[in-house]
Amino acid sequence: MRQIIWLLFQREWQLAWRRPGDLLNPLIFFAIVITLFPLAVGPEPQLLQRMASGIIWVAALLATLLSLDGLFRSDFEDGSLEQWVLSPHPLTLLVLVKVLHHWLMCGLLLVLLAPVLGLMLALPWSVMPTLCITLLLGTAVLSLLGAIGAALTVGLKGSGSMLLALLILPLYIPVLILGTGAMDAALQGLPVLGYLLWLGCLALLALSLAPLAIAAGLRISVSE
Amino acid sequence: MSWTFFHKLGSPKWFYGISGKLLPWLTVASVLLLAVGCVWGLVFAPEDYQQGNSFRIIYIHVPAAILAQSCYMMLAAAGIVGLVWRMKLADVALQCAAPIGAWMTFVALITGSIWGKPTWGTYWEWDARLTSMLILLFLYFGIIALRMAISNRDTAAKATAVMAIVGVVNIPIIKYSVDWWNTLHQPATFTVTEKPAMPAEMWLPLLVMVLAFYGLFALNLLLRMRLEVLRREHKARWVREILEKSA
Amino acid sequence: MSKQQIDVIELACERDERELFSAVSFCLQAGEVLQVAGPNGAGKTSLLRILAGLMPATAGDIHFAKKSILAGSGREHWRRNLLYIGHAPAVKAALTAEENLSWLCALTQPVGREVIWQALGQVGLRGFEDVPCRQLSAGQQRRVALARLYLPGAPIWILDEPFTALDQAGVLTLEQHIMAFAASGGRVVLTTHHSLAHVAGVRRLELGRVS
Repeated sequence: MRQIIWLLFQREWQLAWRRPGDLLNPLIFFAIVITLFPLAVGPEPQLLQRMASGIIWVAALLATLLSLDGLFRSDFEDGSLEQWVLSPHPLTLLVLVKVLHHWLMCGLLLVLLAPVLGLMLALPWSVMPTLCITLLLGTAVLSLLGAIGAALTVGLKGSGSMLLALLILPLYIPVLILGTGAMDAALQGLPVLGYLLWLGCLALLALSLAPLAIAAGLRISVSE
Repeated sequence: MSWTFFHKLGSPKWFYGISGKLLPWLTVASVLLLAVGCVWGLVFAPEDYQQGNSFRIIYIHVPAAILAQSCYMMLAAAGIVGLVWRMKLADVALQCAAPIGAWMTFVALITGSIWGKPTWGTYWEWDARLTSMLILLFLYFGIIALRMAISNRDTAAKATAVMAIVGVVNIPIIKYSVDWWNTLHQPATFTVTEKPAMPAEMWLPLLVMVLAFYGLFALNLLLRMRLEVLRREHKARWVREILEKSA
Repeated sequence: MSKQQIDVIELACERDERELFSAVSFCLQAGEVLQVAGPNGAGKTSLLRILAGLMPATAGDIHFAKKSILAGSGREHWRRNLLYIGHAPAVKAALTAEENLSWLCALTQPVGREVIWQALGQVGLRGFEDVPCRQLSAGQQRRVALARLYLPGAPIWILDEPFTALDQAGVLTLEQHIMAFAASGGRVVLTTHHSLAHVAGVRRLELGRVS
């Protein structure tokens, strides 16, 4: 069991490093979306600071969603998923490792980039730890939930990514509310631990239930 | 006994027969309830001391909102039955109920915003309930879009079932987070739907209307399901016999 | 092993209200090779996918060692004994032949590096072990997938069009390998448009309406 987890992690790692574009594109997207807002609403620091947490969170949400669209696609197209489904190892475990790997790559990079963009949106240094921790916990939930949609839409040709957004964005709302709520509290100098605990709860819930739905979704998509 | 009933429910032919017998009763009951509820609620119920006559829209708004939520629960229940017991009829129910649920959500949103004009002075207020309703509408759209996007019927059935179950797990989380978001941003708003003590003359007609809406929902669902069952089973002999008889 | 016979009972498959096949029954003993034949659209691939457990059947059942493979412990047992190579060969273009093979094996039973190199040598890919598969030709990629047949493991093979993209020498080697595998007690179900008439001991199952 431990061996297969390690081997899968290794495989995902190799695949990610041989196609660095897939890793970097969501990050660039994240930066571009955030750049659009000052251009659209004007560069006044007060206004930007007021909107910063919302902008960063919405951009992170969309970037995660876009990066998830391809999560299972190549494995589906080249037949790897069939082999996964037929493997005696539990599919839930395999998808959990795959999604967690995606989170470590995509989520972690977003977290590293977010403070820089936060500075550009006039966020004070004091809220950066909150920003990073909420994003780290939040993107875990986003990856896990989004992977359900990715699994269900992986077999669709063409319209898959739009449908993925339609299916999953409503489910992202609690994370968005909690994440931006924590940021607002931090900006006002209020304690944020409660928000973090709630986000942690959501992450644990998603961690325990989402793999079941992802595996079910993949089985359905493969069986077509 | 109960199990034979359950298994019979899986047979489209049996469903078609029993629903045919049920239809007239259901029609009479829901039309009667609707008539009584409308007249009672719109004519005889007393005026609200704060809102005057405009409050009477609750006799449409509240039943539609209740139905919109319970319809989603039903989708998830049908999804579980379809996935666990592989019952085809559950999928038919899921497919037919989703548009009705979406319409009910839409009606609740429209009546809510019409009601908002005299109460809040604006058609749209980011009120917790209305916002949750809007998100529910999006969830319905997702399910309907997923169903339409997948061409293979069995695959579409299973995928929508999974999505409905995922949605139903998320609905309470979404609802609580939106409520909480609302209190965070607009402390102590006047929420019209939460009247603490409504006199019996007001809520009794409301109860009748809720029952009438459930009746109409069941009627609409049965009609749609019967049509869908005929479409799916068009090759079966019993369907041909029915069609020849009616032709 | 002889007790573990495969029984396919009255299998039917319907897709989008079109019946592909119905009442397909056969049993497969150790040492037998079954070629599923029929025109395009007769449901060959569907039958193989149902047999592998990737797709649900509309009706019917499949038994292996007297247990249904469609659920529960029977399915578990079936998967441990099965090797399925589908239309898409499950070879990742970004990984090397060796990496691909070692991961595919790990899904059932991890094997050592020497064994993998040996298998790659047997399908004629010696010297290509460290080449990313995107640089290989279609036939060579197919060979990477087929190298799994040269590794120790499952006693039942389900192969969908295994001869696609192979050159003549490759086809011949594969035919001989399949027959040798059957002779040693293995079981093979395969589809192919390539004629196996010259190979002795291959059973045929015709799908599709007789017109």
